[in-house]
Amino acid sequence: MPQYTLWISARKDSGTRWFLGALALVVIVVPILNQVVSPASAFHLSAYGLTLVGKYLCYALLALSVDLIWGYCGILSLGQAAFFSLGGYAMGMYLMREIGPRGVYGDPVLPDFMVFLNWKSLPWFWHGFNHFPFALLMMMLAPGALALAFGWLAFRSRVTGVYLSIITQALTYALMLAFFRNDMGFGGNNGFTDFKDILGFDLHSDKVRVVLLVITAGTLAASYLACRMIVASRAGRVIRAIRDAESRTRFLGYRVESYKLWVFVFSAVLAGIAGALYVPQIGIINPSEFSPINSIETVIWVAVGGRGTLYGAALGAVLVNYAKTYFTSAFPEAWYYGLGALFIFVTLFLPRGIIGLFTGRVKKQGATARQLRIQAERTERSRE
Amino acid sequence: MSAHDKTLFIEEVTVSFDGFKALNNLTLRIEPGELRCIIGPNGAGKTTMMDVVTGKTRPDSGTVRFGAKLNLLGMSEPEIAQAGIGRKFQKPTVFEQLTVFENLELALAGNKSFLHTLFARTTPAQQNRIYQVLEIIALEEHHGSEGRILSHGQKQWLEIGMLLMQEPELLLVDEPVAGMTPQEIERTAELLQSLAGEHSVVVVEHDMDFVRSIAKRVTVLHEGRVIAEGNMDQVQNDPRVIEVYLGA
Repeated sequence: MPQYTLWISARKDSGTRWFLGALALVVIVVPILNQVVSPASAFHLSAYGLTLVGKYLCYALLALSVDLIWGYCGILSLGQAAFFSLGGYAMGMYLMREIGPRGVYGDPVLPDFMVFLNWKSLPWFWHGFNHFPFALLMMMLAPGALALAFGWLAFRSRVTGVYLSIITQALTYALMLAFFRNDMGFGGNNGFTDFKDILGFDLHSDKVRVVLLVITAGTLAASYLACRMIVASRAGRVIRAIRDAESRTRFLGYRVESYKLWVFVFSAVLAGIAGALYVPQIGIINPSEFSPINSIETVIWVAVGGRGTLYGAALGAVLVNYAKTYFTSAFPEAWYYGLGALFIFVTLFLPRGIIGLFTGRVKKQGATARQLRIQAERTERSRE
Repeated sequence: MSAHDKTLFIEEVTVSFDGFKALNNLTLRIEPGELRCIIGPNGAGKTTMMDVVTGKTRPDSGTVRFGAKLNLLGMSEPEIAQAGIGRKFQKPTVFEQLTVFENLELALAGNKSFLHTLFARTTPAQQNRIYQVLEIIALEEHHGSEGRILSHGQKQWLEIGMLLMQEPELLLVDEPVAGMTPQEIERTAELLQSLAGEHSVVVVEHDMDFVRSIAKRVTVLHEGRVIAEGNMDQVQNDPRVIEVYLGA
């Protein structure tokens, strides 16, 4: 019953309607432009374009995870790039095992980089990754477990604010350095690439890429609804209460640490799924994905789109990355200056992001919609 | 007649910050259903005493018990809150981005684990309780307003309302009338007096007129210990209290 009412209220929420509508449009139009429209036509979407759209959707999912933890719970996690990369590496390990004997060195079990390093057998943590379900589990489990351990220590010690941002950043950086090392067993600075297929389907075929894109869009929609359900629940209001007055929440009897931990872990799992969807579409994962700048860029997407709305984060991710795709080819050296300036501009003049330009009025109505319903229910009861 | 029978025992509690003794062997006892006012000059340890009882500050020595069984010193803030001790802060602290209704809803007594609140629905009985409290704190009209747009006095009341929602056995109220108009102060006095009996209420306040209007029993703190206790007249005529307040 509660889920049902949440679903109803989600449908009544105009931002959600726009968001899901736009996703549905992408799922319908993009495959047509790629598969049906002839390559000669100006409207044809190339394999490159297809990959770009897929990438934007993965980033939108990553932005969603940042918005949940930052926009709603007030925790500026700079560890999201790490969770994203771990999910990506888990997927990459499966894709590497899937290559099998088709590698350059033709070893039936060992990926090329291990043969190159003269390794004789598979490291223990590579076992099982030839099974897709196991890899799928690890894509969520690896980032989730890291977030659980790290968050448990950090929140229990009441590390908050900028200190938490710094230690999550340090965590990401430490992982990057570790993954750069060859003897970690993750391909060193080259990471994983030259993937062949996923579950037997050729990754270089446009059809398979279209399917991956549709799966990404579906995952994004499902994750969005899951996040929406969380933030619309009473737990969601507790999370916002923690953001605005942490110790007040504690004195009301809520275990603030446990709430933060749940949200942090969930957000890490979402980021991990985003990374896992990203890797087969982009075709490579390497330690540069752990770069601290990636976490910061994600924060900028969310700020630009509008934090604390979920769909704003997704919108910001798509817009900023579209701009990045354009500007890094047009004015490559100016991009980071532009991004920095954008962040400053948004912080100063658009504290609620692009979404804030449209929803000033709508949001107020939304805040009272639930109240109106409750009041109506009460009047009805008193009449009985 | 009190709805509960737990006495708050604070025994020989000492808290020091960098050598400064905020509480110095403080011993205090609050009977069930009592309305107790605690006064004292700045730095007397009033707020620190509340911090100790609610689990925010751990004392260097001493014991704090609630009723015969509960040792509060071994408990975290949420555990103490769940055990029936509610607290209003000196600076009114409400959830600014949530509506008045939602502020009260979050304060509802009950299971407060994440998995429970994720699926919790506010039952009709709970809604009625919220509207009841809204009536008590005179914020019915504002039930849909976000906390941030309330006036200072309204925020104070909302926070008291949140305490009521918790159905605590003991309320610790830190400076409830700071920044209130005389009419608001009068209403607050009535409200706190109506709460006593069913709940134990401890009020820390600087406003002497207010204390006189509500207090049956007053405790004076100075430099972290009790220097006088009794009714308002006794306390006011105590030579040590006069010395502390008027300066030697």
